[in-house]
Amino acid sequence: MSRLDTTAYTRTAIVLHWLIAVLILVAFPVGLYMVGLKLSPQKLAIYSWHKWAGMTVLALMVLRLIWRMTHRPPALPDSMRPLEKRLAQLVHWMLYLLMVAVPLAGWLFSSAKGFPVVWFGVLPLPDLVGKDAALAEILHAAHEVLAWTLIVLVAGHAAAAIKHHVVARDDVLTRMLPFLKRIGS
Amino acid sequence: MKKSLLFAAATAIAIPFAQATEFGTLLTDKSTLSFVSKQMGVPVDGSFKRFKATLAFDPAKPQSGSTSFDLDMASIDAGSQEANDEVADAKWFNLKQYPRASFKSSAIKPLGNNRFELHGALTIKGTSKDVVAPASFKQDGVNGVFDGAFTLKRLDFKIGEGEWADTSTVADEVQIKFHLVAAPKR
Repeated sequence: MSRLDTTAYTRTAIVLHWLIAVLILVAFPVGLYMVGLKLSPQKLAIYSWHKWAGMTVLALMVLRLIWRMTHRPPALPDSMRPLEKRLAQLVHWMLYLLMVAVPLAGWLFSSAKGFPVVWFGVLPLPDLVGKDAALAEILHAAHEVLAWTLIVLVAGHAAAAIKHHVVARDDVLTRMLPFLKRIGS
Repeated sequence: MKKSLLFAAATAIAIPFAQATEFGTLLTDKSTLSFVSKQMGVPVDGSFKRFKATLAFDPAKPQSGSTSFDLDMASIDAGSQEANDEVADAKWFNLKQYPRASFKSSAIKPLGNNRFELHGALTIKGTSKDVVAPASFKQDGVNGVFDGAFTLKRLDFKIGEGEWADTSTVADEVQIKFHLVAAPKR
């Protein structure tokens, strides 16, 4: 197969990318904010929304990984140096890994805390582990560290995409953000 | 020889009847009193660690049985430390003013097949309400085991006032479950 046989992401891939991006960019600051709240009905609601967002990311990631296994994403431009290409690929796989690991750690953490996750308040998800305060502390730390790692990589990923658009002036950003192409050209 | 055999046979028959006596001593370390509250559709388990009860129950005459419960509300485990601190507040159980809750049976109605309906007055936070709890009885060795559950509406007892009275986050219905093990009265 030639590396040039695909030049664009499918509509499915673009929709999944942006849905997940929005959910992460909402769930992360909400997560930072909610932990400091005093117990109130609002706090309980916000925790649930955060968990629903995370479980939605996890579900969408399953679809996205299926897409990735069955499609070849468009090749990176040849103007990139081999090291840059390898770095880009490494970051993409780390992002995939973390987008699964962060919600999964959150789900485990919730289970260990003794709070089952009920998706959108209607679909009870199984408890992955039993209630265990010591384990909950470890999972809390894991969820937090992984989430911070994810957000740093997301920032790097976004900065690189903007650099492609502004400095290299290639199609790396616009193929995932097609409307930008129409406005620009 | 014949006589002693007969005696042994008579004893063997008599003992099970002798055991069908009144259960009167609650074994608190073997008994549990738990509840399930719902927050945003999420079931959260809780329990009470300290309670005592008096009871008199003869499976042969269930309708003449009775029980009364006394609950140390400070022994609540509402699912998390944060929740335990919160529920002591006046908006919840107001533990300073109402440290104890109680239940006193008014009637036990046999439903057949070792199933009963326990009727009585439940008092929490100074408010009394009549409740009905379906329960079952089984014998486990020398002890009697009662299992039952019922649902109460927390707002009937003003549990969760002010902002917490909103049932869209914490549901009004709370399921109470009891597993009581009682030894025969001596």
